[in-house]
Amino acid sequence: MSGTSGGTYLGMPAFPEAAHDAVRDTTLRGNLRHATHTIRAKRAHAVAEVSDWAELREAGKRIKDHTLRHLDRYLVQVEETVTAAGGTVHWAADAEEANRIVAGLVRETGESEVVKVKSMATQEIGLNEALEAEGIRAYETDLAELIVQLGKDRPSHILVPAIHRNRGEIREIFAREMSEWGRPAPEGLTDSPAELAEAARLHLREKFLRAKVGISGANFVVAETGTLVVVESEGNGRMCLTLPETLISVVGIEKIVPTWRDLEVFLQTLPRSSTAERMNPYTSMWTGTSDSDRADGPRTFHLVLLDNGRTDTLADEVGRQALRCIRCSACLNVCPVYERAGGHAYGSVYPGPIGAILSPQLRGTGSEIDASLPYASSLCGACYEVCPVAIDIPEVLVHLRERVAQGGTATREGAKVVLRPAKGHAAERAAMRAARWAFGRPGALRAGQRLASRTRRLHPRTLPGPGRAWSESRDLPPVPAEPFRDWWRRTNGGEDGAK
Amino acid sequence: MSDRDVILGRVRRALADVTPDGTPYEAALPRDYLREHGERSLARTVELLAENLADYRALVHRCAGVPELSALIAGLLAGRGARSVLVPPGLDGAWLADTGAEVTRVADEAASTAAELDRVDSVVTGCAVAVAETGTLVLDGSPDQGRRRITLIPDHHICVVRVPEQVVGSVPQAVARLDPRRPLTWISGPSATSDIELNRVEGVHGPRTLEVVLLGDA
Repeated sequence: MSGTSGGTYLGMPAFPEAAHDAVRDTTLRGNLRHATHTIRAKRAHAVAEVSDWAELREAGKRIKDHTLRHLDRYLVQVEETVTAAGGTVHWAADAEEANRIVAGLVRETGESEVVKVKSMATQEIGLNEALEAEGIRAYETDLAELIVQLGKDRPSHILVPAIHRNRGEIREIFAREMSEWGRPAPEGLTDSPAELAEAARLHLREKFLRAKVGISGANFVVAETGTLVVVESEGNGRMCLTLPETLISVVGIEKIVPTWRDLEVFLQTLPRSSTAERMNPYTSMWTGTSDSDRADGPRTFHLVLLDNGRTDTLADEVGRQALRCIRCSACLNVCPVYERAGGHAYGSVYPGPIGAILSPQLRGTGSEIDASLPYASSLCGACYEVCPVAIDIPEVLVHLRERVAQGGTATREGAKVVLRPAKGHAAERAAMRAARWAFGRPGALRAGQRLASRTRRLHPRTLPGPGRAWSESRDLPPVPAEPFRDWWRRTNGGEDGAK
Repeated sequence: MSDRDVILGRVRRALADVTPDGTPYEAALPRDYLREHGERSLARTVELLAENLADYRALVHRCAGVPELSALIAGLLAGRGARSVLVPPGLDGAWLADTGAEVTRVADEAASTAAELDRVDSVVTGCAVAVAETGTLVLDGSPDQGRRRITLIPDHHICVVRVPEQVVGSVPQAVARLDPRRPLTWISGPSATSDIELNRVEGVHGPRTLEVVLLGDA
């Protein structure tokens, strides 16, 4: 199984190297193209059904922004309301602490296996690996997570972690691996999606029925009431949330919304953005536990509030908007870079455009992969257009590029640090310095432009030296016969009608 | 220092640039979105509910009154060959009046194990609210609906919606009607997944057949 450490896949190369292999994998390209194009059209249709999409988007953005601006207050309120409802609240500043808390809670129950609802937060902290080290087996129960777990693979999409697999590959994995983990795949399993879903149903049912401990994340936590919300499709979430005796939910601190009423916004925008449905098949909402004779669901409930880089992200005035994210994955599905490179190249459980701004903020830009992620974009802006909470991803990408290239201050583990400019951007910085010098001196700029125009026949088609790699896949812009400023002066701003 | 103090301290330092603002939440947050999408008559709202339920592969039936309902439920159970049916404690007994003794009634009891419930064929419940615009049923654990697990483990769920009184047009209207202190389950069609090539396929862990009976004259 692939190792994770604080969410970084060990030894992950920078995005360009990782993407290099992915774009040459024609099966992967085909799978991604098929899936992302299918969902794109459907999302557009689902969004067009509601005439007030822009207003819902604005409200979602404002709810999240307000919460983030008063996050200390709402965190304390969540602690109060969840505790009052019979839950126990734990706080984890980093992945290690969260894993330690969860492993301890599972050990207290005396159980050595848990069933899991798909959760980004537990992926991010590498919970399954941490539990395994403690002798606790975690069973993923979401279909796509199951495919990833059985295939000893890594997730490549926020919503559909096995999006890089087509039905034939899934059949193969089920037929080969299910027997290792429990009930084998049915004889003669074909690659029809209905049969594959049936195989997962049979394989997981025995695990659900005997599970004593469930582990989940949450899509939302309502501060006012202490209510947690899990949005899902298959019913595996309902199984994990209602059948076990103990439920442990690991939730990022940015998942809070202030009031019960706020859910009316996100329950409209999230399903339409993620699976392009009017409503997802199942949404569960629970408030603590109940110990009456009508008790319904787990008798013990633990909420682990996770920081793990979120407060550092909050400290960045431009970058903090990434914390509005509700993990719908619409930005992945429209991104031309994601469609071609696939999720693995991003080296994080958060791939795609949102990952490119979230990972370098949650983890810092210290590693090669994280420093390269802000560049994994053409800045086309499609991600911003579809984002249901209006995160201006291109703005944050450019902001992070600046930090990588120029260095500057950032917050790491709660402390201000001064980052040095990253290596490998010397040519970029030199070019920018030269540009600044030239634009500040009109005479020099004019002389340079005229020289370039007169010698244009002599220009090479590719750049020499270190610029060669850049121009290998790009055409150099053609230089006009006459600089624009000369043309403007000669023709009186084009008014003379002269060419 | 505890992790609680660490996190709260970090949050406060991170927000040093934010000027404190005493505006009450609801005043600070304009809700310009619609309460409901378009004007509809009650009858049209119920019709829309039926359409959207069917669009997500729920099987929709309508009947005017309880006698008719009782016959319908008996027929639905017989049609599936159900030999046992889970019955929430507060379910109107008349709903099952026509269902013969050959179908065993299984009570929703705290002591039942999940494995026992797994042997039951069907479940019949009421609901708390139904949302027309999204084709959603919401259960809140009231006595006519029972614990969450009884509508999860059996493969066949018959849910009765009283129309028009339990039907609302939109999600905001549903949220306003519900009590967050109750365990809530929002159900839109039978169990499904989009995990294979991002296409919706019905039938994973929850009931694979969802039948909805719209009970009433509207």
